[in-house]
This record gives sequence, structure tokens and C-alpha cells, in this order.
Amino acid sequence: MAVSSFSGIDETALVAQAREGDDRAFAELVRRYEGKIFRLAQHITQNREDAEDVLQETFLKAYEHLDQFQGQSKFYTWIVRIAVNQALMKLRRRKTDRSVSLDESIDTGEDTVTREIAAWDEDPEQRFSREELGELLDSAIESLAPSYRSVFVLRDIEELSTEETAEALGLSVPAVKSRLLRARLQLREKLTRTFKRKGDDAFAYL
Amino acid sequence: MTPLLTCKDFLNELSDYLDESTDAALRYKLEQHITECPNCWVIADTTRKTIQIYKGMERYSIPRDVEERLMRALEKKMAAKHRC
Repeated sequence: MAVSSFSGIDETALVAQAREGDDRAFAELVRRYEGKIFRLAQHITQNREDAEDVLQETFLKAYEHLDQFQGQSKFYTWIVRIAVNQALMKLRRRKTDRSVSLDESIDTGEDTVTREIAAWDEDPEQRFSREELGELLDSAIESLAPSYRSVFVLRDIEELSTEETAEALGLSVPAVKSRLLRARLQLREKLTRTFKRKGDDAFAYL
Repeated sequence: MTPLLTCKDFLNELSDYLDESTDAALRYKLEQHITECPNCWVIADTTRKTIQIYKGMERYSIPRDVEERLMRALEKKMAAKHRC
């Protein structure tokens, strides 16, 4: 699979060619999205080995079931859906004592309560090296429940729209919105413990 | 006069507010709330920064060995399909 002449071709045309059996067109689709799918898999599984498995399984499944792709959604949303399902399956297998599901009922409505209220340093990123910052951000994401984590990763890291996220996760739009809000607030809370201005609290603004 | 929003109302709308997907009338009320409520202002500001910091995360590319294994697995699959 040498570097192809496919790089300028739009996705719809590539998918059509791949469906007709052009493997080079499919390989170009893989090249376009492999980085994003690997990153997404790492964020959801929090484990590099699992992420690599998820990556392979995703594209092999997509190749195998390409005839089932209807073209009503974007190809990327379709493979994201496959990848998220594979990633959640990994988590489920890893935690046999506790089933992990997107339907996990954790929406009590009470977890929007905020405890840490403090302004951040002007430039909190400057306090940490890139590696330290990456670890901090990863461990904050890891502490989220998988059902919140998936929504946050798709909406705020992969920058899918609310509708695309709902489609990729098989959730309703209101469910995506409510999980996204809670995920954002929980992350904000965790990062505030690290980034808050020294000696600061909300009363500084009164 | 329109009724004032509570902090709980504000938090419930926070995501849409940050994504700028509320209608103008609601946006006006939300903005009015944070000019008067320092706690909600801080929460909105630090939540916005939380989202920004994750968006700015390094876009690492896929490691070469991982990509090579993926392409090998795929080639095997493709070859198997064409033999059928």
C-alpha cells in the first residue's frame, strides 16, 4: 500500500470506491482516521495495549461490514461508533466484577453540585511540563465513569457535534447533553484542585 | 420583568451557554446571572478553561509500530477476502 493518489479525494467518493472493492481506497480511509481512532481508544480504555486492539478490530470490522454502511451518516461517525463499542467491551471484560455500560444509571441530578469554587492561575499550563500536564489531564478523564468519559471524549476532544455523538453512542440528544454537562463539571472540579490560584477562593470576587 | 435565574438553573444551562447554543433571550438571562453571581462566574470561566485545555491537548500521531501492525492485519484480511 504505497502512498496513494487518493489524498485529495473526498470521503464520499472514497467510501463508494471502497464499497466497490477498491482496497486502496479503503486503505486511504484508514490512513485518514487511524490517528483519531487510536487516540479515542486510548482515552476510553486508558490502556495502550487495549487501544491497539480496539484500533485493529475497528478497521477490520469496518472493512468486513462496509456493505452495511448506509451512507446516511458520515463514515467517521460510523467507525467511531464501532470503536466506542469495542472500547467499552474491553472495559467490561477488564472489570468482570462490575459491568460497564453506557446505560449505567448515574444521572441522579445531584452531581452537578460544585464544591471547589476558585479561580485559576492566569496561565495554569505554564506550571507544568507538557508530560506532566498530559498525565494530569489523562488521570482526570480516567476518573470519570465510562458513560461520561465517552461523551466528553467525543464532544470536547474529537469535536463531534451533539447529534453525531448521540448517533455514535446510540444515545438521545438530551442524554448526551446531560452527560456532557456532568462530565465537564466533574473535570472542572478535579482540575480546579490543581490549577487554582494559591490562597484564592470565591470571596476574592466579592 | 422576567424572573431571575437561580444558580441551579444557571448550571443546568452551562453547557449550552459555553457552546453558544442557547437562544438570545436565555443567553441574556444567563449573562445577567453571572454579572451578579461571582460563584457562577468562576464556575463558567473555569469550565470554559477546562474544555479549552483538553481541546489544546497535543495531537499525537499514531506510533509507527502500531500503524504497521494495523496495516499488516488489514492486508491479511484483504488477501483472505480476495481468495474467496
